[in-house]
Amino acid sequence: MSELAATKPATADRAIRSPLGEFWRRLRTKRVALAAGVVLLAIVLVCVFAPWLAPYNPTTPDYQAILAGPSATHWFGTDAYGRDILSRVIWGGRISLWVGFVSVTLGGAVGVALGLLSGYLGGWTDSVIMRLADVLLAFPGILLAIGIVAVLGPGVTNVIYAVAVFSVPVFARLVRGSTLALKQSVYVQASRSIGVRPVALVLRHILPGTLPGVIVYMSLRVGTAILTAAALSFIGLGAQPPSPEWGAMLADGRSYLGVDDQLTLFPGIAIFVTVLALNLLGDGLRDALDQRLR
Amino acid sequence: MSSPSSSPSGRTASHPGEAPSAAPLLDVSGLTISFPAGRERVSVVQDVDLQVRPGETVAVVGESGSGKSVTALAVTRLLDYAGGRIDAGRAVFQLRDATSLDLARAPQERMRQLRGPEIAMVFQEPMTSLNPVLRIGDQIAEAVMLHQGLGGAAARQEARRMLERVRIPEAARQLDRYPFQLSGGMRQRVMIAIALSCRPRLLIADEPTTALDVTVQAQVLRLMHALQEELGMSLLFITHDMGVVAEIADRVVVMRSGRVVERGGVGEIFARPREDYTRRLLAAVPVLGSLAGQALPRPFPENGDEPPAQDTVEPAGPPVLEVERLVTRFEVKRGLLGRSGGRIHAVEHVSFAVRPGETLGLVGESGCGKSTTGRSILRLDRPEAGAIRLGGTDVSSLTPATEKLLRRAVQYVFQDPFASLDPRLTVGFSIAEPIRTHALLAGRAVEARVEELLEQVGLGGSYSRRYPHELSGGQRQRVCVARALASEPRLIIADEAVAALDVSIRSQVVNLLMALQRRLGVAYLFISHDMAVVERVAHRVAVMYLGQIVEIGPRDAVLGRPQHAYTQRLIAAVPIPDPARRGHARALDDSEVPSPMRRHDDPPAVAPLVRVGPDHYVARHKIGGLF
Repeated sequence: MSELAATKPATADRAIRSPLGEFWRRLRTKRVALAAGVVLLAIVLVCVFAPWLAPYNPTTPDYQAILAGPSATHWFGTDAYGRDILSRVIWGGRISLWVGFVSVTLGGAVGVALGLLSGYLGGWTDSVIMRLADVLLAFPGILLAIGIVAVLGPGVTNVIYAVAVFSVPVFARLVRGSTLALKQSVYVQASRSIGVRPVALVLRHILPGTLPGVIVYMSLRVGTAILTAAALSFIGLGAQPPSPEWGAMLADGRSYLGVDDQLTLFPGIAIFVTVLALNLLGDGLRDALDQRLR
Repeated sequence: MSSPSSSPSGRTASHPGEAPSAAPLLDVSGLTISFPAGRERVSVVQDVDLQVRPGETVAVVGESGSGKSVTALAVTRLLDYAGGRIDAGRAVFQLRDATSLDLARAPQERMRQLRGPEIAMVFQEPMTSLNPVLRIGDQIAEAVMLHQGLGGAAARQEARRMLERVRIPEAARQLDRYPFQLSGGMRQRVMIAIALSCRPRLLIADEPTTALDVTVQAQVLRLMHALQEELGMSLLFITHDMGVVAEIADRVVVMRSGRVVERGGVGEIFARPREDYTRRLLAAVPVLGSLAGQALPRPFPENGDEPPAQDTVEPAGPPVLEVERLVTRFEVKRGLLGRSGGRIHAVEHVSFAVRPGETLGLVGESGCGKSTTGRSILRLDRPEAGAIRLGGTDVSSLTPATEKLLRRAVQYVFQDPFASLDPRLTVGFSIAEPIRTHALLAGRAVEARVEELLEQVGLGGSYSRRYPHELSGGQRQRVCVARALASEPRLIIADEAVAALDVSIRSQVVNLLMALQRRLGVAYLFISHDMAVVERVAHRVAVMYLGQIVEIGPRDAVLGRPQHAYTQRLIAAVPIPDPARRGHARALDDSEVPSPMRRHDDPPAVAPLVRVGPDHYVARHKIGGLF
């Protein structure tokens, strides 16, 4: 920045470096995160195209082939009813990913809104919202989810609500924190001194500033949500038989551990790979979004 | 261990203008330093030569990015921890035992032993260079124990002696205090005490007074000068401030973009600079007193032309802004229950008026309430009492109508150009925000206006699609000025608007503000701690101290014939970029500015100002026990 020349026309000719462009440029250097993103994309595509990709119907039993090991006809083997495990893993992914993304989006949206309100307004609004968040956070997540499902009744939809509810306070906390910081930032004060109305101030200047943290946390949180949903199904509160949910499949295969490991191995790997990919992607996003746009 | 090389470099010799005296204590030659940038390395310092002789003060001066700090880091080899690398060159240092050592190649363990007893450092930010959780006595004692091998009690004794030596009052009591309990100036003295506790032969000071107020800066500079003479050490002083250079240096090295541009004795550099860059650097430095005797302010000279006088004030008609008995106080909460422990009297019965086309300079040291005054006018801080009138309309209570009027007619330019623009929005969007907010224009006309504003501040319309992080500090501050102009305000509050900029950029932005005033007739409330800049821009000057205006009047009268003791002290402390007028002899006291925080039952004394000349008023009551 040492410049004695009156103006530097150089900047006028260079390509515009938008914040989004900078983000992509940084993300491109994060190889692990990119690989995780590709894996995740593949998983999502496979789930989307399940009706065409799955070799068998996931719920049709085949009593001629009960508890068969992996073979050319059944790549991942079959379960106690002779259902093809590969097909069940593929169809099950639809449920798991759906539950993960929808519940976190729902919980995130509510949490971000509450966090913005809480941080921007302060005072008793802040106190009420944060005390409620404290109450929710005081429960272990899985216990809270079990409680909610116990009230609403078992089923995939209610699992989504349950997981969404326990995502709300973490997002509210996260967004409240960055809102408090941004509220004091000079550029928000500058906009206020211009006369920008509070709603525009929050939506235009504060919300975009909190989003990088929210995006990172969402990607990490989807993994947690998938695990929680699987756990709920495992104890029989989530997806009901015969729907092929990964957690439910683990529960089904539990009695055959050590005898027919394909029942637990493949859904287990599916959960493991998906959650790991989400976490690695989240880490990469955090590094790429944590830019000093100064 | 290392084997000290026996002879210094063969290039010891004299550059023109250097006194051929004793052999140099430090002889840097051909120093080249690079930092990693992605997969490559960027060379930030190239082929720098530099000599420091025993007992002399060498100032390395340059603007940001000139490589002056990196050079100092390389000499101490703290560079290694900052990621940099010395690619070439030598830095031969004469050790106490008469052997010499090339610092550029010495192993880190050897350097660790040298740091302290041979070479000590003082950094810019005194708060972050002290450990916040240790008492200052323990921090000094630690250095003493490490380097002088004294035991606990003896080290504490020595720590007390060091604090006395750096003129800290009640040294014994101060030993038990924590850094946060001390003011910035006191902390910097503690840093100097720690640095000197090892009796180094070379002290490297990197912008040691930049974060300090002028009066404190003057105290610290004088102290360093006195201690240097007492201890006979050499001083390598890194600064961007030509005024400070003139105050303290024997010889000067001017750096730019990692290279030495010019070197020479201090008198010679200031009187007969050989290089064009040095000349321009010196020309851009505001000199307090350069407009003495002139009634009107005048922009900085550009391209050698004498600029026109700033004759823009409309004496008739109502003032743009009238502030009457404005009071802003902050409650200080203490303890678990949030009981009020006292009040900070940031702004205390402040009254002034700004006429159309006029610039009122509001000067004072940090904490005097000058920024809070500006922020209170725009309700960024909430005033407790007082009247604010805009062109005769009372806007003291904010109704939707008065708020709209206020937010359109008065605009604010903040100090930090890096923080005052939303990093996620384009420059054009930021400038358009006031236009859209106040619905002044719509559709295509907004874009045309944004481009026109960018042209007005000297940037060109194509900048509207840029993002702030693509611009330099000076360019960003121009954008902020364009945004401030967008709602066609009658008054712009410029809060230290040029303080964060390099000198050359500073004079450009000041000239821009003044040109806009000539063209648009806008009035400024120019809040600044820099008296020399204020002399350039202001028609009238108000001096604030502990939340009150102690003196207000025409610029020439206040700066030329100051009537209040505090104004006189403030002006005396300003470093003058002229080594012939060095201020060590000038009378300065070492007293601290008292805190503006007071108990509830102890309000400060307030009294009307007394007229001492035409339009010139001075406080004659006692403020803060000092004046």
